Amino acid sequence: MLKISQAAYASLREHGETTYPHECCGALLGRFEDDGSRTATRSKPCGNTRDDSPHNRYNIDPKELIRIQREGRERGEDIVGFYHSHPDHPAQWSPTDLAEAHWFGCSYVITSVEKGKASITKAFELTGTDEHDKKFVDEPIEVA
Amino acid sequence: MKKIDPLDHPCESSRDGLASVVDMPKIQIPSPLRQYAGKQASVTVPAKTVGDALAGLVAQHPDLRHHLYTDDGKLRAFVNVYVNDEDMRYLEKEATALNDGDTISIVPSIAGGR
Repeated sequence: MLKISQAAYASLREHGETTYPHECCGALLGRFEDDGSRTATRSKPCGNTRDDSPHNRYNIDPKELIRIQREGRERGEDIVGFYHSHPDHPAQWSPTDLAEAHWFGCSYVITSVEKGKASITKAFELTGTDEHDKKFVDEPIEVA
Repeated sequence: MKKIDPLDHPCESSRDGLASVVDMPKIQIPSPLRQYAGKQASVTVPAKTVGDALAGLVAQHPDLRHHLYTDDGKLRAFVNVYVNDEDMRYLEKEATALNDGDTISIVPSIAGGR
């Protein structure tokens, strides 16, 4: 389960519209709950370093994540997930998304942006223990 | 949590002759790896280089080794290691020297696409 603030939810969807027809990407800050769920209180848009193929690939500069983590620590927040968009493509994780996912226990949020407008947003938790058994599991999103 | 006895680890001394934990490099542990590091978000390790720091980290927390390194001992390609704000790959890699108060960040890659 991913609980996300209305502001963070709206922001990540809007980010996808802003970067259309390219993929947007960003981080979600919040906290890990004792029941295994995540609560995202803020979304932090990031740059997409894949300027060679931004319409179907994204990459976040680790240096940007370090800055976001540092800011989060000062506010008692942690990185609990990431988001990106799929321009004119379903909000469903791809084999590339899974191959490049390494933050176990975090939420990966994908928004389909159709003809410039955000449509469906879905969330997936990266489960497993290592590169051999990792998988995405659908998780409900609760916007509050 | 395993205690670090400064007298067991050679490193620069503070003026009273004992290493200060406050000055030791701090390694920031990303959330997916904290369960293998005693649930700690950061670990201090006496070290003079990045390689020493990572070696000290996995010595303290052996379960981290598999997640950071391949079977032939190389850092996994998706594991980014930064010293403060610099990617160690563009410094001296594992031989990068550390100064008092330096922060090492382990940052798994974030990438993907449809």
